[in-house]
Amino acid sequence: MLVVHVKKRQIVLPGEVLAEGGKFKSGEGTFREGEKVLAAVIGLAEIKENNIVVVVPLEGIYIPRPGDTVIGKIVNVKLSSWDVDILAPYLATLNLMNVPGKPVDPIKTDLRQIFDIGDLIVAKVLAFDRTQPPVLTMKEKDLRKLEGGRLVKMASTKIPRLIGRRGSMINMIKKETKCQIIIGQNGLVWVSGSSLESEELVVKAIRQIEREAHTSGLTDRIRELISQRT
Amino acid sequence: MDLSSKYSQGDLLRDGVRIDGRGVRELRPIKLEVGVLSRADGSAYIEQGNNKILVAVYGPRELHPKHLARPDTAILQCFYRMATFSVEERKNPAPSRRELELSKVIKGALAPAIFLRNFPRSTIDVYIQVLQADGGTRCASITAASLALADAGVPMRDLVTACAVGKVNGQLVLDPNDIEDKLGEADMPVAIMPRKRFITLLQMDGRMNKEEFIEAYKMAIEGCMEIYKLQRQALMERYMAVRKEFEEEGGGEDA
Repeated sequence: MLVVHVKKRQIVLPGEVLAEGGKFKSGEGTFREGEKVLAAVIGLAEIKENNIVVVVPLEGIYIPRPGDTVIGKIVNVKLSSWDVDILAPYLATLNLMNVPGKPVDPIKTDLRQIFDIGDLIVAKVLAFDRTQPPVLTMKEKDLRKLEGGRLVKMASTKIPRLIGRRGSMINMIKKETKCQIIIGQNGLVWVSGSSLESEELVVKAIRQIEREAHTSGLTDRIRELISQRT
Repeated sequence: MDLSSKYSQGDLLRDGVRIDGRGVRELRPIKLEVGVLSRADGSAYIEQGNNKILVAVYGPRELHPKHLARPDTAILQCFYRMATFSVEERKNPAPSRRELELSKVIKGALAPAIFLRNFPRSTIDVYIQVLQADGGTRCASITAASLALADAGVPMRDLVTACAVGKVNGQLVLDPNDIEDKLGEADMPVAIMPRKRFITLLQMDGRMNKEEFIEAYKMAIEGCMEIYKLQRQALMERYMAVRKEFEEEGGGEDA
């Protein structure tokens, strides 16, 4: 027997029964108990294809997922790797072999010449399986060390809103302010523009998005905010 | 001066009416609020009668000192503290034996509900600050702490709800206050995960016979189920606005 107990995008609380029946699979933010799939966190329930039941969380700190682009700070330089703070419960590791460029002999070179403590990088989560710290890679397009610009911190659960549907929000902001913006899924956003004013405008827009993350017509309001200032 | 010395045992119960005017199966008025602190990952505030308790949750986060970390699971750390001004006579600000014990007991009551194994080597910290105490603070703390955990987005099997039953003048009373606790014959705090009614905390001091114990347990469960409704309401209230706007948006959060 298959029973679904929730509407699409219904807000659910921990311990709430979402669906019953062996066909349903327990996805992110849920757990299984016998035939039932239940919510583990506060969020919006949804049944995806292949009958995977998920709860999109409304709260919570960043937990790394393979494939996420993140912005991190180098906090330690080791023999052939770096420790990177990505605002998760775990320090991430960036191995020398996952850094692009000519092969470097880690014994003969000081890795601080590549990345030093305090450097900001944009990287991708390569693997994270709970048995070991998240592993980062920079061997992909647009992954690099960040220089200049400014860093803005926002709630990682609100990042999707800053991106917008298929990037609508962020592309609009980039176009209107002519700023370079890099978004880390971990809640860090790097902004670099030609002028102080334009950077500050972006920060202002980000703050408004964070504050009004759950209101409609946000893209239009942000566009208005930006056009007033330029 | 000890407030309870103003009263005698005979004042506790008159014609089924308690010292604060409640019936024997009546909870104190409860006010719950979620997300009251901006710096914490999750927070909650509870007023249960004259109890006023603030709870902040941080984590899962990196654990220091590192040697406490467990390779297979997160650890849960609870810090129950009473403000110096929370009781009639100034409480010494140094951590007391009682505070340490309550921290441990509350940790034990919350831990079974949390998916600690999802976050190995990390910690989830629960800070409980009692601003005003009037009996039953451990139960009120557990009730509020589970809300704060949910607010922090910590994955849980269920909320945890707690309620005590006391015995005054041979009569079982739900949710005893400080005077009833001090002058009464028994006090039994119970914490459960309401969905399956799993017991996560069961303590008793004083004397009850078997029949009384069974009845007291039933009353505690009833009290918990009532509080559970309030807990869910409080959480929902916080996110009601969120849901409305999501529906307007037609779910434009995917990216």
